[in-house]
Order: sequence, then C-alpha cells, then structure tokens
Amino acid sequence: MGSVVEVRGLTKLFDGFRAVDDISFDILKGEILGFIGPNGAGKSTTLQMLLGLTTPTSGMIRIFGLDMDSKRQEILSRVNFSSSYISLPFSLTVWENLMVFARLYGVAGPKKRIEELLEIFEIGSLKDTPARRLSSGQITRVCLCKALLNAPEVLFLDEPTASLDPDIADKTRKLLKKIKDEQSISILYTSHNMKEMEEMSDRVIFIDKGRIIETGSPDEIKRKHGGADLEEVFLMLARPG
Amino acid sequence: MTSMRNTKSARIFAYTVRHLYLYKRSLPRLMEVFYWPVLDLVVWGFVSIYLSRQKGELPDFITFFLGALILWDILFRSQQGISVSFLEDVWSRNLLNIFVSPLSPAEYITSLLFLSIIKLILTSAVMVTLAWLLYSFNIFLLGFTLIPLVLNLIVMGWSIGIITTALIMRFGQEAEVLAWGIALLFQPVSAVFYPVGVLPGWVQTIALFVPASHVFEGMREVVVGRGGAPISNIIWAASLNCAYITAAILFFWWNFKVVKRKGLLAKVGE
Repeated sequence: MGSVVEVRGLTKLFDGFRAVDDISFDILKGEILGFIGPNGAGKSTTLQMLLGLTTPTSGMIRIFGLDMDSKRQEILSRVNFSSSYISLPFSLTVWENLMVFARLYGVAGPKKRIEELLEIFEIGSLKDTPARRLSSGQITRVCLCKALLNAPEVLFLDEPTASLDPDIADKTRKLLKKIKDEQSISILYTSHNMKEMEEMSDRVIFIDKGRIIETGSPDEIKRKHGGADLEEVFLMLARPG
Repeated sequence: MTSMRNTKSARIFAYTVRHLYLYKRSLPRLMEVFYWPVLDLVVWGFVSIYLSRQKGELPDFITFFLGALILWDILFRSQQGISVSFLEDVWSRNLLNIFVSPLSPAEYITSLLFLSIIKLILTSAVMVTLAWLLYSFNIFLLGFTLIPLVLNLIVMGWSIGIITTALIMRFGQEAEVLAWGIALLFQPVSAVFYPVGVLPGWVQTIALFVPASHVFEGMREVVVGRGGAPISNIIWAASLNCAYITAAILFFWWNFKVVKRKGLLAKVGE
C-alpha cells in the first residue's frame, strides 16, 4: 500500500507557542488512521493544515504526491471532510444542500449520487426537509453524505459520531468501514471515544503537546503499554508518571 | 467512481445558487431585500412631498430626494450583498464546508459579486416601481447618465463589502456590526441628500476622495439640467473606484493569507 498523504517535519507556531512540533507521518491507501490525543494536543491544528485552512510554519504536506501549498484546489477536489462541529445552511433542504456541494465538487450525475447516499444513510425520507428541522444526528448523517459526494480518495473525519445515538453511531461506523473497504478510501479519523478508535482504526497516532508520542496498530500499542484497551493506554500516556 | 466536471464557472454557479435557495424559502431573508428599502421609500417619499408643498423654492425636491434615496440604497445593498452573504455561512456554521471545497477565494468573491447584483436588481426593481406608483417619480428621467452613476455606486459598495468581509474573517463575529454599519459611515461625506458645498472645508476634502460624493453631485447636476452628462463627476468616481476595488481585492487576498497563517479561518467558521 502506497502513501496517499505524506507529512514531514510539520510544525505550527502561534505567537511562539508550538501547537504542532515537527511531526511526520503517512496515511496509506485504504487505511483508517486514528488520530488520538488530549484536548489541545494539536490534532485540530494538524487537521486544519491537512485541509489547507491553516498555513504551516514549516514542514511539508503532500497529498496524492501533490504539494498542498501550490496544488490546494486540485487536492481539495479529491478529498472531503466532515465534523460534528460544523453544520449546513439551515434554510436549505437536505436535497438543496447536497446539490450545492455536488456542484461545488463537480459531481457528474449529482441526482443519482445524492439518492444513493441518502439511501445508504437511511435519510431518503428527509430529502425535502429544511436542515433547521433536523436533529443533530440527522445533520451529522447529511454531513457524511456531503463528505462522500465526490467519492473522495481521502476522507478527514473529525468526531463524526459525536452527536449520534449508539444505534446510529454503530451503523455509521460499520458503513464507513464498508465504504472504506469497497472504495479503498483512506480516512483520517479523530474521536475522544477510545472504544470507537479501537474498532475503527487500522493504525493510530497518539499526539500530545504537539508531538507524536506513540504510533502503531491498536493491538501493538496495547501490548507495548500493557493496557487492557486503548482507553487505558490513553490514560497512561496522557498522565505519565 | 463518480466522474467530475469541476470548472470555475460551475463552482461559482453552485455557490451563488446556495444563497438563492435561501431567499426562496426564508421570509426574513426576503424581507431584508425588500422591507427596509420599501420602508425608507415610503417614509421619506411622503416627507419630501410634504416639504415640497410647504415651499415652492425647490421644485425638484422630490427628484433630488427620491433619486438620492434609491441610488444610496444601491450602494448600501451592493455592500450588504457581499458581507451579509458571507455572514450567512458563518451563522449556519457552513464556512468550513465551503473553504475545504475546491472553491477558490477568487471564485468565492466572484460568487458574492453575482449575488450582490441579483439582490440589487430585485431591490431596485421594487423601489423604482413603488416610487413611480406612489409619487409619479421616474428615475429613468436621468437618462443614460443613470448607468455610469449606478455602476459607480455598485463598485463602491463592492469595495466596502469586500473589506468588511475580510475584517470579519480576521476579527470574528465581533466585527459583524461592520456589515450593517460601515456603509453608513460614508453617508455624511457622500453628500447624498445635500450638495458637497454645504460641508465644512475639511470634510469637502474628504468627500473629494469618496466616489459616491461625485455620483450624487452628478445626479443633482442632471436633475437641474445643467449642461448634460456630468462627465467630470463620472470620471472622478470611476477613477477612485478603480483604485479602491483593486485595493479591496488586494487587501482581501493579503488578509486571507494572514487569517490562514494565524489559524483563524477555522475559528470564524465554527
């Protein structure tokens, strides 16, 4: 499996504060890479740099072999993003919202693609409902539809199941894994739910104070630190000594 | 795999349609386009009729006043067409979705300019029709001169709107008040309802560098029929506008880089 995302020596300083400190990692084709760390560890800043929203102080980001700084637009047309912290225009219906993004991403045959995704996420009946009338769980599913509209090769998911009930969260995780296996999508996944990270991730990166302090498969990390699960390892790493 | 037809014009169209959908369904948003302009026109239209009846010294009072009112609204709405459309995405926490899409900042600004024109056409159509119905005032009596005057006001509104948007990006929603108030800051020195001559000397110097002041002086010249088209006013306004719109775009572009460097883009959108 080759790397679709290469990060080398990535550093971000905010007024002298080192939010991200010389990190390097790859995301391989078809893998789910879990990004774990306490609040303020530098996860969001790294994600923002990978999406071209924040300019790195130094270091290199290459996605599909293209430099993020000079080929941002080309890269963004082949990736997508979803977060439980963002939403969609409230007055637009589900269908209108998805149609706008389908056009922004230049999706051919957008109607068919939207119908497919609404069916997959079991929200076909909501297509004419304005976003303001949706529950937060339904909004999250519409955002996930949006994130899959352009059949992205790399998907960045920031706590995608945070506002979902256990049933829908479980369905969503299974669905994401299925889509990942079928389409060989690479996913960068962040969550504070360690059980979810263990279930979803092929590999995890543990980041703290802007630096990568552990990396490997969930099983490898558990074995290495002698934790029963990833949550226990998280507590060991986050509370050293 | 889903095939792509990702062109600049398709993306600009997509983002423009995103806002038109909004106006299709939201009554409060639709009112923003029509309510205030109509209210202004009704209140100030009747005030000017009353004043013109009190003294016959200024027979073109209605033309001066209503013409100025409609033209000022063009400037105001063209500014709001940009900055309020940007705020719509901030309010709905949709800004990140937009900026992680392939829509470039230049395409984003172009979409906002299109939106501004669409809103202006709607607002102006209602105001012009209402002025004709209520006060028998026909703004088209200004003739073809109206075209360069209106274009100058639109471009000045765009410059203010682009700078306002950049400032909100930089300083967050605390700077939101600029979207509603910043154009009004230019009203006193734009000499909308009175000639530049009534301003104190130093304010006249400021007015010289405000494109709108030349537009409204030009409008008054046309109304009193003094020597045809106000060419020098139009050239002054157009020259200033060329400089200001270039400066506004450069400021937006520079500010966008600063906002990305400071990591503020994600914050304003959350």
